[in-house]
Amino acid sequence: MTMIDFDVVVIGAGPAGMSAAIAASDEKVSVLLLDRNTELGGILPQCIHAGFGARRFKEDLPGPLYAHRLIEELKKRPVEVWLDSFVLDVSPSRKVTVLSKRGYEEIQARSIVLAMGCRERTRAQLKIPGTHPAGVYTAGTVQRMINREGWMPGKRFVILGSGDIGMIMARRITLEGGEVVRVLEALPFLTGLRRNYVQCLQDFGIELFLSRTITRIDGYERVEGVEVAPVDENLCPDFSQKEYIPCDTVVLSVGLIPENELSRKMGVVLDPFTGGPVVDQYSQTSVYGVFAAGNVVQIYDLVDDVSDHGALAGRYAACFARSLLQWQTPSLAFSWKAPLRSVVPQRILLQEMEENGLEVFCRVSRLLEHECRLVLRSDETVYYEKKLPFMRPAEMVACRLDKGILQQWKTHPPQRLQWEVV
Amino acid sequence: MMYDFLIIGSGIIGSLLGKELMRFRCRVLMIEQHADVGMGTSAANSAIVHAGYDPTPGTLKARLNPRGNMLWDHLAAELFIPFRRTGSYVVAVEEDELKTLEKLREQGERNGVPGLRLLSADETRERIPGITFDAKGSLFAPTAGIIDPFQANFFICENAVVNGMELRLETRFEDFLWERDRIVGVKTNRGNFFSRWVINAAGIYADEVMHKAGLHADYTIRPRRGQYLVLDRNSFFWDKVVFPCPTEKGKGILVTTTLHGNTLIGPNAEDVEKKTDVFTTAEGLKEVVEGGKRLVPGWDVKQSIAQYAGLRATLFPTKDFLIEVGEVQGFVNICGIDSPGYASAPAIVEYVIERLREKGENFVPNPHYNPIREPRRLLKQLSPEERHRLVAKNPAYGRIVCRCEEITEGDILAEIHGPIPARTYDALKRRTWLGTGRCQGSFDLDRVITILARELGTSVQDITKKGGKSHFILGMTRNDDD
Repeated sequence: MTMIDFDVVVIGAGPAGMSAAIAASDEKVSVLLLDRNTELGGILPQCIHAGFGARRFKEDLPGPLYAHRLIEELKKRPVEVWLDSFVLDVSPSRKVTVLSKRGYEEIQARSIVLAMGCRERTRAQLKIPGTHPAGVYTAGTVQRMINREGWMPGKRFVILGSGDIGMIMARRITLEGGEVVRVLEALPFLTGLRRNYVQCLQDFGIELFLSRTITRIDGYERVEGVEVAPVDENLCPDFSQKEYIPCDTVVLSVGLIPENELSRKMGVVLDPFTGGPVVDQYSQTSVYGVFAAGNVVQIYDLVDDVSDHGALAGRYAACFARSLLQWQTPSLAFSWKAPLRSVVPQRILLQEMEENGLEVFCRVSRLLEHECRLVLRSDETVYYEKKLPFMRPAEMVACRLDKGILQQWKTHPPQRLQWEVV
Repeated sequence: MMYDFLIIGSGIIGSLLGKELMRFRCRVLMIEQHADVGMGTSAANSAIVHAGYDPTPGTLKARLNPRGNMLWDHLAAELFIPFRRTGSYVVAVEEDELKTLEKLREQGERNGVPGLRLLSADETRERIPGITFDAKGSLFAPTAGIIDPFQANFFICENAVVNGMELRLETRFEDFLWERDRIVGVKTNRGNFFSRWVINAAGIYADEVMHKAGLHADYTIRPRRGQYLVLDRNSFFWDKVVFPCPTEKGKGILVTTTLHGNTLIGPNAEDVEKKTDVFTTAEGLKEVVEGGKRLVPGWDVKQSIAQYAGLRATLFPTKDFLIEVGEVQGFVNICGIDSPGYASAPAIVEYVIERLREKGENFVPNPHYNPIREPRRLLKQLSPEERHRLVAKNPAYGRIVCRCEEITEGDILAEIHGPIPARTYDALKRRTWLGTGRCQGSFDLDRVITILARELGTSVQDITKKGGKSHFILGMTRNDDD
């Protein structure tokens, strides 16, 4: 077995990983970008719908083109790219074990960027009772089948969940001549972006049923139908109002989970609310020299945010590799109160760096359809305040804390820092 | 072609019988209606090799269970079957259940179960951390064990095939062929097959086969469904096999570990109408949750990663195994194999072969018989050096197809071209465990479909999940139709 050295090793070549590799390379360090797929871009090549890049490229691009822009940038830099290469293990001393057609290889990295993205929630997590026939797929699997393979997985579809991929696939299936019989959402509100609801469902006359879920899947060999019932606020079904809908395919679009099996194996501390690593404003995880970026940290709404986060992590991973960033126990940690569900970064490292302030992403767990104020405070002092016309679980709120606040915290460290909605 | 033995069904009984018959010089054909072996009750059960204190003394179950239990060690060793003697506990949670434990011990001793011991409440809590505080005492049976029921069934059947047994999948029994009052073969959806002996090992359908042979029209298998929950091995740790006190309804809802490290909770017991009603229900799972928590309270339903249901092949009204050789000429009847069927299986086969001998069957040893099945190890089960060498030799092992379980294309190809070729997604899943991890196959599905179609030389539209009409793809997109 050979041993190879790199300054920065980026695991995952989606938008976060590519952006990280580009940013790290710009800091004049050696970079290796690894991906298990045979092509760059992560999930983007199968997202042939438009809606990517409004902020970063000031254009409305389809996924493959967005990926292409990043690939072009990548090509201009001396980044080593290994595709079809599967990372089996990362040791706490940052030794990366890779399996590929060449066999086993070990790479010693000075710093690592985790950019493995996310995966979809499945039937197993929903615990839908019934049989186990063919024809139950996640929205991403259906997307890959139709957009990449040219396969139609079914004829009559019921889609569970109002996530973005589900709604986008409802439109795609309709365009391909399939019939979308129902789109169901167990929660009383839309979980994907409103613009997708308008463009993918409303414009195609597909009705969305809120507070309704699949209570049973029927069919021994192939799906033959589903039993659907309304649910109350605790998601308990009311079986007295159940109905049976014949269909041959069930598509699940019920949320994404950061893919952190590697992180967990190497002992990275995970946040139970985001499902991703606890990070500081430099995107460093709890393990020395290991950074994380993009959907592996939390599920972002927009790919532009993912790319920005990747660039940030890549830059600081390079700083770490050049010994410009010293690891230390983070001095401050954010806490937050319901209805806030998550705040990222969770920790603040107070040390001398060329700082431009930091961006904090907050997400609520329920719908607040009224004017609200998002506040960051210690007991008495209010450090930050943002007025919002509404807050929705589907839409993350970005808050920019300027450099001055960090300076202030350095001289007068607050007892605790809490995010609240008032 | 005249076979000596024709076995209907490839479950644990059929497979084990096939394997044992291959020890002798004879021609054996096994027919199976599904696309893979062991898809019925043998695949969906509690995965336990019971000790044998449960059956009423004097029954066939009481005789065959403890004997079968003892025979599993040897089989597991020969075939590298995942099997572990964990011992089991029956736990009393009410004072009056202590009497039941006493009765079970006495019954077990009469059945010849070794090492049974009654434990006090303190001993019980000490030995089973996490057991309910209501535990009043328990019965420990050291010989009980856990097994991987898919792999055991598959390894055994594969060993029979390697030794010359003929296996025909997707071949469904329709009726018997008679010569006067003697059975001489079977009629199937794929033609007629002739055999000196026809063996009924049809599991849940064994009563229908038996009725067609003209036996016991008044006995029927009433399918009783059991539902199970599987808890994630990463979120809940459990390494014991714990039963509640049995009632007339059965052994009750148990909390047990599996050889994959996951916790298994179930089964409930409910009579269902059809033998295809193998599905889970919200009410049934609720019963399982409540039953499981009665014994082990410290887990949450949120930790479950899978649920499944199985049917017990309970024969009414006797509720005992029914094993007859030559009752109708040329016919071996093995019916009503419900719990403890898996534990008893090796003894059932031994019993059948003895009865066949009594009927004058002359078994001549087969000099070419190889009882050993060397494990076909997955890449991830090899040492780093072995892996490196294997990838260098065959680059297909360098491509991960199922990322959660780390199954490579090489592992998949080995099963598609194995002695019992895997021709469906589920057949691959049961052989390699691919698609069972966190993403439940959403990452590997299209890749596996492509590999199967390529290797089998068919269209992706022909690839199924489990045979029959379980196709994954129902057409091509518009662009591809052009």
